[in-house]
Amino acid sequence: MRPEQQGIEVAVLVSVGRHPITGRARRADQDARGLELALGLERRLPGSRVSLLHAGPHAEENEAALRGYLGMSAGTGLDTLTLLEQAEGSDAIPVLAEHLAAAPPQLVITGARAERGEGSGLLPYALAERLGWPLVNGLAAVEKVENGVATLLQALPRGQRRRLKVRLPAIVSVDGAAPAARQSAFGPARRGELAAIPVSAEPDRELAEWQLDPARKRPKRLKIVKAASARDRFKAAAAKAEGGSGQVLEGVSAEQGAEAILKLLNEEGVLR
Amino acid sequence: MLETLLPILIFAALGLAAIGAVRRIRLWRQGRPAAVPLLKGLAALPRRYLVDLHHVVARDKAISHTHVATAGGFVAAAVLMILVHGLGLSHPILGGPLLAASAAMFVGSLFVARRRRNPPARLSRGPWMRLPKSLLAFSAGVFLITLPTVGMLPAGAFQGLLGGLVALLLAGLVVWGLGELFFGMTWGGPMKHAFAGALHLAFHRRPERFSTQGGEGKRSTGLKALDLEDESAPLGVETPADFTWNQLLGFDACVQCGRCEAVCPALAAGQPLNPKKLIQDMVVGLAGGSDAGYAGSPYPGKPVGEHQGSPHGPIVAREGTALVDAETLWSCTTCRACVEECPMMIEHVDAVVDMRRHLTLERGKTPGKAAEVLDNLIATDNPGGFEPGSRLHWAADLELPLMADLQQVDVLLWLGDGAFDMRNQRTLRALVKVLRAAGVDFAVLGNEERDSGDVARRLGDEATFQSLAKRNIATLSRYRFQHIVTCDPHSFHVLGNEYGELGGVYDVRHHSTYIAELLEAGRLELANWKGGSVTYHDPCYLGRYNGEYESPRSVLKALGIEVKEMERSGFRSRCCGGGGGAPITDIPGERRIPDMRMNDVRETGAELVAVGCPQCTAMLEGVVDGPAEVRDIAELVADALVANAPVARPAAEAVEVTRRPAGKTAEEMI
Repeated sequence: MRPEQQGIEVAVLVSVGRHPITGRARRADQDARGLELALGLERRLPGSRVSLLHAGPHAEENEAALRGYLGMSAGTGLDTLTLLEQAEGSDAIPVLAEHLAAAPPQLVITGARAERGEGSGLLPYALAERLGWPLVNGLAAVEKVENGVATLLQALPRGQRRRLKVRLPAIVSVDGAAPAARQSAFGPARRGELAAIPVSAEPDRELAEWQLDPARKRPKRLKIVKAASARDRFKAAAAKAEGGSGQVLEGVSAEQGAEAILKLLNEEGVLR
Repeated sequence: MLETLLPILIFAALGLAAIGAVRRIRLWRQGRPAAVPLLKGLAALPRRYLVDLHHVVARDKAISHTHVATAGGFVAAAVLMILVHGLGLSHPILGGPLLAASAAMFVGSLFVARRRRNPPARLSRGPWMRLPKSLLAFSAGVFLITLPTVGMLPAGAFQGLLGGLVALLLAGLVVWGLGELFFGMTWGGPMKHAFAGALHLAFHRRPERFSTQGGEGKRSTGLKALDLEDESAPLGVETPADFTWNQLLGFDACVQCGRCEAVCPALAAGQPLNPKKLIQDMVVGLAGGSDAGYAGSPYPGKPVGEHQGSPHGPIVAREGTALVDAETLWSCTTCRACVEECPMMIEHVDAVVDMRRHLTLERGKTPGKAAEVLDNLIATDNPGGFEPGSRLHWAADLELPLMADLQQVDVLLWLGDGAFDMRNQRTLRALVKVLRAAGVDFAVLGNEERDSGDVARRLGDEATFQSLAKRNIATLSRYRFQHIVTCDPHSFHVLGNEYGELGGVYDVRHHSTYIAELLEAGRLELANWKGGSVTYHDPCYLGRYNGEYESPRSVLKALGIEVKEMERSGFRSRCCGGGGGAPITDIPGERRIPDMRMNDVRETGAELVAVGCPQCTAMLEGVVDGPAEVRDIAELVADALVANAPVARPAAEAVEVTRRPAGKTAEEMI
């Protein structure tokens, strides 16, 4: 006999993403994966309902990106995105918490980290703290939902998975381990409704004090594989690049610095 | 007896045919409205039939003569028969021509019957096997019953017991013939092709294709734009009724000759597409029912009889099967070989893209890597997702003049997305060298250029196509130039034939055309060809889409190359498999299309195949153990340039030896 599975209410929190190369607004990758997970759930658990929630300004550029999520709704029951409208630079956490507390869904899915703005990845934690709900990060799959308890699969580094049972309502965050988002189609994206609800804007004072600079790509440490056997090569491939032998040069002359770099390049075998 | 029986039979058949015609027209009218000049179309019909259609049919002389005798004989015999036997105007002036017409039809029908003895696989069987017999019955019956009219048989020949039996027998033949030829014409028999075909020619959705008294018909190959402003307009075709009514009429005109399937590269590769079956499936859809009655070759790997549809039901099922499977639609390379061969002037590619539009724009179900490619086009304006600011990296040492600096030049060199592909970068460098040697005043858009939108459009993403096209048109409108020259036939086609509808009208030339002009003007001096034998592969988007077969050959001739033509060249050129987003959707088959094309090259024994398209280069070079080297015409010309070009060039021209890793196609690199 199959255990009874009932449909659940899922809210997916989505943000306006930023393409890593061109910086154009888009549906954020992790949030889209979150929606993909939710739509998969809707398909598996009859009677489930997925809702989309975004807090932010109602600007033209944002709208195209947000409609990208609605474009994933072809053949599903989803047709609306609730937009908690607030001014640019406002704190999203209080309004989201208030909205979720007013009509609590059983499951809230978010991406692990936003692609623009602070991108601190703290939103799910702050929300969980305010609502007093459990939080699971790095979600890979929702296996089943029974009697208000969800069995989740959490992704750990290097392909490991951990099965967890969580009492609902709960917040889960997804990252690259969740299933890739489906294609966003133009028709449903255009037809979908953006239901804007004006909310009190609480300016994010901390953010206002920050100085924002474009991020620079950090140089990656070279990984030199000196493996003799296939086993060693595999271990090297599976291992993370490890630091540890770094050296911080401070207050040295250009010549000394250059010498240190040259020495390192020789040691690493880059120069011969 | 016959004098009373024949008029009844003839007018009964005509009456039934008229009822059938009304029913058939109502089936077509289920389609969406289309603005068609009805009277003008009908007036143009005889010329379209006699000139344009027969121009295609006459590529096969035997069948053309057969058709002239049979169809011409039938039309004449039918009209005269109505006059002579239907209205009783039994004057020898009418009877004589009636005899001649039915005799001609009989002879033609004999040839039709002979062709049906061992029909090639491309011909449909089923009711089509019956057709020659029906034709023979009709022509023989009409001939014999007309003999007394002209006095070749005594007037009382069909009297008495024996005569009466003969008369009944003849009447039986005529009934059989009338049933097939009059009744069957509008009730869905094989002769439907004559009724629907004639109206299809009159109400064709691309009337500009046909010749007029003023001159040749224009090549009309650009896809028609979707109206994205009107939010109530359907995005593509979901059900058969979403086609325009004249498209449905066009499908119904199919004569199932299978010329399309004989040239279809996807079918030859064993991919699940057969253009003839696709059109027949649309006919099944417009009438409703299952495809079990189809008697031609199936889609490879898909048995007949498992699909069904209705005018307002989905063509591609969301789950399970409906009329057509999605992979059938995605197998098409949009090479237009089927359209070029179709004697009924059916527009297969338009239909395929219409249905793809629905799958992409409404369902978000573009297979393979397409979703990623479309996302890249939206976010980075190129299909590979490369940094848009790196479009000119291949030319870092060439100091290419930019439109933004010059504002006005003779030639705008359109680079295309090949600018990101290491193999095509060699072609581009060669082309720049040639332009400089000829002292051409040219410039590039550089980082202002975007993908032309070709791939997005063929994949059905009209929204992304129009977004790219509109932005390109806005960029181009800021500058002044005489022509656009490009080494990418896909860009050539889109800029030249598809931007016009969106407001961008340009004089676009393929680089082979432009080089041929430079040679003609004596602006290039070429050394004689010293290499081995060479063949030339016609790119679909240059040849069939744009009618340019001569210029590449004249450039090769100027190089001193005598082209060893492949069996399928010119308008019959076989596709390389790289068009229509086919390498991106990557529908599996039994063979690869480029392998088959390289086998064509192998058969000529050529050591080198000259090409004029980055897609073709990538596809043909990706063939493992290819029998011939693949080189672009620009590269051949650049190599043959006699030194001391008039314009001083930067010295770093020697860096052209970078090769792509063996076996990697451009698609894989994307």
